[in-house]
Parts: sequence; structure tokens; C-alpha cells
Amino acid sequence: MPRVTVDPFYCKGCGLCIIACPKKILQFSEDINDKGYHYAECINQEVCTACRLCYITCPDVAITIEK
Amino acid sequence: MQVIAKRPETLTAEPFTYCPGCTHGIATRLIAEAIEEHGLINLMAGVAPVGCAVFAYKFFNFDMAEAAHGRAPAVATGMKRGRPNMHIFTYQGDGDLAAIGTAEIVHAANRGEHISIFFINNAIYGMTGGQMAPTTLAGMKTTTSPYGRNPDDIGYPIRMCELLASLVAPYYIERVSLLSPGDILRAKKAVNKAIQYNKEERGFTFIEFISTCPTNWGFDPDKAREWAKENMLPYYKLGVFRDKGEEVQ
Amino acid sequence: MSKILMKGNEAVAEAAIRAGCRLYFAYPITPQSELIEYMAKMMPKVGGTFIQAESEVAAINMVYGAAGVGKRVMTSSSSPGISLKQEGISYMAGAELPAVIVNVQRGGPGLGDIQPAQGDYFQAVKGGGHGDYQLIVLAPCSVQEFADLASDAFDLADKYRNPVMILADGMLGQMMEPVEFKPAKTQEELEALANQHLSWCICPNADGDAKHHHEINSLELDPEILEKHVNKLYEKYAEIEKNEVRYESYNVSDDNEILCVAWGTAARVVKSAINELAVRGKSIGLVRPITCWPYPYEAIASAIGPKVKKVYVFELNSGQMVEDVKIAVNGKVPVDFWGKLGGIVFTPADIQAKLEACF
Repeated sequence: MPRVTVDPFYCKGCGLCIIACPKKILQFSEDINDKGYHYAECINQEVCTACRLCYITCPDVAITIEK
Repeated sequence: MQVIAKRPETLTAEPFTYCPGCTHGIATRLIAEAIEEHGLINLMAGVAPVGCAVFAYKFFNFDMAEAAHGRAPAVATGMKRGRPNMHIFTYQGDGDLAAIGTAEIVHAANRGEHISIFFINNAIYGMTGGQMAPTTLAGMKTTTSPYGRNPDDIGYPIRMCELLASLVAPYYIERVSLLSPGDILRAKKAVNKAIQYNKEERGFTFIEFISTCPTNWGFDPDKAREWAKENMLPYYKLGVFRDKGEEVQ
Repeated sequence: MSKILMKGNEAVAEAAIRAGCRLYFAYPITPQSELIEYMAKMMPKVGGTFIQAESEVAAINMVYGAAGVGKRVMTSSSSPGISLKQEGISYMAGAELPAVIVNVQRGGPGLGDIQPAQGDYFQAVKGGGHGDYQLIVLAPCSVQEFADLASDAFDLADKYRNPVMILADGMLGQMMEPVEFKPAKTQEELEALANQHLSWCICPNADGDAKHHHEINSLELDPEILEKHVNKLYEKYAEIEKNEVRYESYNVSDDNEILCVAWGTAARVVKSAINELAVRGKSIGLVRPITCWPYPYEAIASAIGPKVKKVYVFELNSGQMVEDVKIAVNGKVPVDFWGKLGGIVFTPADIQAKLEACF
């Protein structure tokens, strides 16, 4: 089963991955990271298809995708 | 499970210093990926500009030089001529490349230096706080064109691909955008081709990226992409302006 | 090896090639154009790189790139062009890059003229570009010395990872004198030179664990770290001041009634005047700085003999090095200055008249 991970260390909470995700499984976290951003996180790994659109769009190379 | 997408080895662990949602970071990643995919990590060196990518020398996981404003193509020329077995690229913004460094880019292109130039065009000076760039659109407001760029006064925005395509020597010139996943995938192909040509010592390669500046344009990252599609793409037409590798032999 | 009659501009180029310089980037300007033309002719013959750059600014940045990959590299120009190179020179000093810059000075300011002058002393010695840094500045006074200093300049640049300027003038560039060259570097020596900077320069990675990330850079936004970096540069400069001061003492003795200080072409003229006056029983000494930086302060102070009434400085400018002489003399005796401007070279008779008036 595919898995998408956003590294809060790199994420600046721009939200481009959230827009890109066709399955709408990325959203802003409640927590903030060290830089003060609500980072993106995956709320439902089950439906991830590893389409990589989030990775492709992320300007901070914060996303890892496994399949 | 297998990792199918992650930070390439050609990037260091250093986080980018670009603003949130700025598409600069995508260009940086595409270059890093192409270098990794072509197995050039041990033979590659880059030149960072002055501007938003000034810290690019910290981002790429191989040797890097930091150039004075606009001088990256001259620095890259010296590096390539000094170590011809290495592969060299520059990473430059619109103020760096199309204003203060106009002479350096035009003449590096005209000499057909065997280097790759990656040019980020977001129509504004980002690092210094949103001043007018040579690529700022007509009528566009910036901190130094507060009433909108007036072409009668300060001229029209410069189209670098078209300008460089008037020269004989350049091997490959393409303009791409980073405004949607599809655009990014097309940009990736172009970057890969430039790096491939670089590896094969074909000649001078130039990729212009239509990019965003959410911070200084005053839009959120998504709106910035939409604004660029509506306003920049009609003036800065995407496409291949020169590809000697595809020409009929 | 026998002597060859050559122009200074050509001799310095030939000496640089013999010293292992295989990269040269420059832009034409009078009175140094024979230098760039010599390089254009000779570099292809030794497998080197010659580029006539689009500007002096581009040329110095090509030098920055080539020095950054650890190779011996040179550029040359004349005064107005050297002004354009100051940006790159400051960056190279900040990034600690070794390179050789030749300035065949002409009259200034602005476009000035194309005659020999020494008006760029301050620019070369006291900065020129922005920020706190020093160039090593070598001032020849003959075609032979011009050539000799080229090879020394590369050694000094490499030893200290610092740009070195050879501060010549239109007279030295244009005149022909017999010159004897040091033997050219052998293939083994050239290879050693090509690999001497691998610990810091931009170079290919070896496969495996030896991966490096070298940065050629002068940017540091953390003020504490930048201060530390500049302090480190100044420790290096102190080392250079300790080790590399060079000067010529000419006719310096306890009998001297006047001590002259002059550099480059000006010193040649002063020597002729001293010789002429010696015949008439007047004892005059000369200290000629060969390194304008590091400056021979102590040599000048200790050359002031018991009978010296005055230290007389002659330059082809409005009085620039004289400020360093005053620091060296430190009020011990009066310091006088006379110079010619506009690219006019004073004659031995001019200097003789000035010196005779002191007795």
C-alpha cells in the first residue's frame, strides 16, 4: 500500500500539495513546526495511489512517497 | 515497500530559503533530479546567483561557486575552461540574468559555452523586496514601478529566450513553466534534456522557467500560479526556441 | 638561456605561461594590448585557454571561476579597466582565490590618457574594491623584473590563496629590454600545480566516501561569522607582512644626506639622478619598494642614516605612496614629495634639480 510522508522540517505550509492531491488526503496540521508553519500531513494513507502529484508540486522537496 | 519519490541525493539536507509556495524550489529540485538521473553528481558543479537563489550553493550536494550579481555565466565560463572534464550550470533570476548580467549571458551564449543556464523568471526582484525587473510586465506594479510599468518610459519586458535565439551558437533554448503539475513534468523533460546535452558536451543550453513570487506579488501560492498563467504566459510563450539535437542532420 | 629583446607586456605574458598559467581572460586596452595579443597567439600553442571577454568585468569573473577550480589564471588591463575589475577582485579576496592581475597603468582619472602613470597606487594598495581586504602588490621597474615578478606572483597567490596584482605602467609595458626567462614548468610540475588546491577548490568527486562539498563564496549573513572570517584574512595578511616584504636599497649608506623613496618607473629615473649627483660628491640613497603591499616600512625607517636631512618621495602621481613613507618615517625627518601628472614621466634632470636644491 502506498504511503506519503511530509517532513515537517522542510514543509512551509504553502498548501500546494493539498491542492494537487486528487484524493484530498493532505491537509494542514493542527501542530506547528519549528518555523511556525502548519505543515501538510496525510490524513488517510489508505487511499493514496502514489500518483506523486504532491511530490511534483512541493517547492520544498518535503515529501517522500513509498509504494 | 519501495521509495518512489524522495529528496534526491544531489540536494543537501539544507532547507531551501525560498518563501512558502514559491516555485523556485521546484526548479531547484528538477535540476538536482536531472543531475542525479544522469549520474553526474561527481562531475557537476554549479554557480549560484545573487537574488532569491543566492544560497543555492548550500542546496546542491556537490561543489558550488557563488557569483557576483549577474556574473554567473562568466564565472561558469572560467570554471568550465579550467576543468573541461566537469559539467557546469548556473542558476539565475531575472534581475541577475536579464538586467545586471545581460552582457555576461549574451556573450556566454554567443561563445556557445558548454554550460547550462537555468533562468527563473518571475517578473520581479524577490530578494530585495519586490522591485521592478527587466521582465516585469507592462502595467505591473512593483515597489519601483508604483504606478505600473510604463513601457514608454522604461521599455517593454525582455524576452530572454527570443533574444538568445537570435544568436547562432546556442544549442538548446526552451521556455517552460512551473504553474501546474503538468507544466512541471514538461519542465522536468526540458531540464533533463539540458543536462543530457551538457553531459554530452553538445553546447550552450538555456532553460527559462516562468515562476511565481507569491510574497511580492501579494497573492497566496495558488492564486500566484493562476495570475502567472493569465498574465505571464500570453507574453512569455512557452516552447522550444532552439534544439539543434532535434534538427534534421 | 640567452637574453631576448622584448616588450614588457610580452615578457610578462611569456613569464606567466612559463610559470604554468594556462588560463587567461582579458579585454583589450592601451597600453597593455600587446599582453592580450601575446596570450591570444601563445595560449593555443601550449594547450591553454585564451578568451577575449566581453568586458573587464566578465574577464575578472572568468578569473574568479578558473581560480575557483584551482587553476593558475591571469588577467591584465590598464587603469580604467582595472577599475572595472574591482568588483571581482573584492569577491576573490573574500573567497580567498589565488590569481594574478596585471595593471599596466596609464594617466587618469577617468579615461585620462595612455601615457605611463602611477595614479593607481591607492587603488591597488589601499583597497580599490569594497570591504576589508588586501592584495599583494608587486611593482617592477624593468622588463626583466616585470617577467620575474610574474612567476613570483603566481607562487605568492597560491601560497596565500590571495589575488596578487602586478602594478606596472605604460613605460614598462611598452619599452623593450633584454630579458632572460626562468625555464618553463615541466609536465610534472604542471600536474602538481593543477592538483595543489584540491582540498578546497571545485573539482570532481572521487567515487565513494571521499565526496566533498566545496563552496567558493564570499557571502556570510551571520555578522559574527563574517567578522571571524575577516579576522582570519587579517591573520593571513599579518603573515604576508612578516614574510613577503621586498624592496631594493640603492646607494643607501651612513653618508646619505637625502634618502629617496620611489617605485617602478619613477625609481629608475631617480637612480639616474642619484648616480649623476654621486659623481659630484652628493650622497643620496634610494629605497625602492618592490612590494607596495606589504609595504617596507621598516626598511625605509632603518635606511634613514645619521646625516639624512630629508626623505624625498618621487612618484608619477599627485602623491600617493608618500603617505606610506610618512608612516615609515614617523616624523623623524621631514618628508618631501614631487611628482608629475598627466602621464608625463619626469627626467633625471628634473629629479637632479629637485635634489640639488636640498643641499
